Amino acid sequence: MSGRPQRELLCQGNEAVVEGSLAAGVRFFGGYPITPSTEIAEILSVELPKVGGTFIQMEDEIAGIGSCLGASLSGAKSMTATSGPGFSLMQELIGFGCIAEIPMVIVNVMRYGPSTGLPTSPSQGDVMQARWGTHGDHPIIVLTAASVLEAFHMTVKAFNFSEKYRIPVILLLDEVVGHMREKVLLPADEEVQVVNRVKPEIPPDWYKPYEVTNTGVPPMASFGEGYRYHVTGLVHDEMGFPTQVKSEVTASTDRLFDKITRGFADICITDSYQTDDAELIVVAYGSVARSAREAVDQLREKGHKAGLFQITTLWPFPRTSLENTAKVARMMVVVEMNRGQIYREVWRVSRGRWTVHKVSGTDGEMIAPQMIVDAVKEYGQWR
Amino acid sequence: MALTNRDILHKYLRHNKRFPHIWCPGCGIGIVLGACLRAIYDTGWSKDEVVFSSGIGCTGRAPVYVDFNTLHTAHGRALTFATGIKAANPKLKVVTMMGDGDAVGIGGNHFIHACRRNIDITAVIVNNMIYGMTGGQQSPTTPRGALASTARTGVVEQPFDIAELAVASGASFVARTTSYHVHQMEKLIYRALAHPGFSVVEIITAAPTCFGRRNKYSDAVEMVKEQKAMAIDVKKAEGMGFDERRSRIVTGVLMERDAPEWTRTYAEEVRGESPAGDSGNSPGETTPEETK
Ligand SMILES: Cc1ncc(C[n+]2csc(CCOP(=O)(O)OP(=O)(O)O)c2C)c(N)n1
Ligand code: SF4
Repeated sequence: MSGRPQRELLCQGNEAVVEGSLAAGVRFFGGYPITPSTEIAEILSVELPKVGGTFIQMEDEIAGIGSCLGASLSGAKSMTATSGPGFSLMQELIGFGCIAEIPMVIVNVMRYGPSTGLPTSPSQGDVMQARWGTHGDHPIIVLTAASVLEAFHMTVKAFNFSEKYRIPVILLLDEVVGHMREKVLLPADEEVQVVNRVKPEIPPDWYKPYEVTNTGVPPMASFGEGYRYHVTGLVHDEMGFPTQVKSEVTASTDRLFDKITRGFADICITDSYQTDDAELIVVAYGSVARSAREAVDQLREKGHKAGLFQITTLWPFPRTSLENTAKVARMMVVVEMNRGQIYREVWRVSRGRWTVHKVSGTDGEMIAPQMIVDAVKEYGQWR
Repeated sequence: MALTNRDILHKYLRHNKRFPHIWCPGCGIGIVLGACLRAIYDTGWSKDEVVFSSGIGCTGRAPVYVDFNTLHTAHGRALTFATGIKAANPKLKVVTMMGDGDAVGIGGNHFIHACRRNIDITAVIVNNMIYGMTGGQQSPTTPRGALASTARTGVVEQPFDIAELAVASGASFVARTTSYHVHQMEKLIYRALAHPGFSVVEIITAAPTCFGRRNKYSDAVEMVKEQKAMAIDVKKAEGMGFDERRSRIVTGVLMERDAPEWTRTYAEEVRGESPAGDSGNSPGETTPEETK
């Protein structure tokens, strides 16, 4: 897509996802409508054909993600968007994308509760599902966003990471970010850094589609380009052929993890606010991070040494950044719209170095700054 | 000059894949795969433009042996991947080989919607009337009363008629044959490949290990002989009542019609491209590449 200029828009998070996907070069969307993500499908059904891309409404979310994986094998950057019930249906094929190393982006605009829950209320209840929802040991990359502008940038990142590391990337938005309208200044297309999958340059006869390479990420040929290779969800050798040979099984599974571990510093995106001297660190992500920032300001006004650690890459969990940020901290308060999913991670990483508390929003409402300030007062453990 | 069967197999089987294949002696899946390869040869398509895909099951193992762009997806999901592949690159010739459980059990919803969409994909369905890979459980096409490991006193439900399901769902080419009728099988698959739209070839297939044994067939030969006896040409079956039709295997072309194909319609009506497109699976549009 050549040349959309820099532009100022008043738009929703869901619209920003569309803008970001187009900037990143999306050419295929297959999905099934569900609140609160539907706008993404609706707008792409209009925009994709304009850039020579393809939108298809599939019969369910399983078909949505299946069609995206197929389209990606054809060489098209692919995306689907959904919410909890649809995300649950997609789980098996997320694992397919991981083991067959097929780039694609899955947007989950989280709604409240299991099952149909509260379709139009915000939540962050799918954090652990995004990490562990598909069966078997596997790596995954999960990003989130706290604002409409971040929704744009993280969509671009999601595509870039998926292409660079050959893995499905999940973008978890909460309903607040998905539906909130903000004024944003979007960069011109040529200002956006776009990463494309590495293609093989060797003759087809030499091509090993799942070869161990320097980066851990093998070059990926599209179907139809002359590299006839095999793609399977079975554990496979370097040729993509099924194997049960122990050494090959271990090697292929290790490589899946290894490529993500090596990219850790690149993948883990976090932000620290007022943390240099902070004894109390509020940990938050998504729309909650906005409330948390405000709460930190209020606490600072009252003389408390508070800071914010904002997480944008939820998985792999940015453990090192958290540790580096928490030099003088004694206490962490993890604020999230669930009963404590990232709280458990922070607690795990703490290893007794800080006390860890949680503020849980579990009523389908946003978490207001005051709620955080009040909770922090209650814990009252800092000097 | 036309190649012999042996040459065709040599051309299309993977030389870097460790054989033997996984199928039991007497199983009809290999017969169907052989017919697919001969039919693909007849189209003149190059190996590079063919995508050969499947779901999970004994049938699902077919792609790994053949030298195309091959894809072994998840149980029931082959057509969802195939749809994405074709929609994103209509130049590719997409063939999907599925078992009956794959196609109309776990994948039934995808199957009827692929028919409805009429997207240019060929679905070759190996209907052995049983779940083979998992050891002989009942499938949605196991005949009423037949024995299965999860139906020890006989299946309680009535079976799906896959070909009729495809016709009713909108597939624009639908045919059926059996693993006895190898010659017809090859011809029907060829016509399905050449057809611009969603095409279905259902093949009633002998599965001696997982169906035959439990249902007291002495061997695969007895099973294919029964297929021969039960088969009736679709023209001869005209006018038969429902029950009589269901007691036979109606073979031949059940449906062949012109209908708007998804990728072309999308290109013209949604993208506004001019209807030039040679995007369909018309045979012979590319020159066959050299045998390797
Ligand atoms: C989601 C899921 N459920 C169940 C299975 C187990 N399974 C593998 S193959 C199969 C049935 C195979 O039967 P069919 O599709 O008719 O193919 P056949 O083996 O007879 O060729 C089942 C139930 C699976 N792999 N995935
Ligand atoms: S188990 Fe049944 S379907 Fe599978 S290869 Fe053997 S006979 Fe064929």
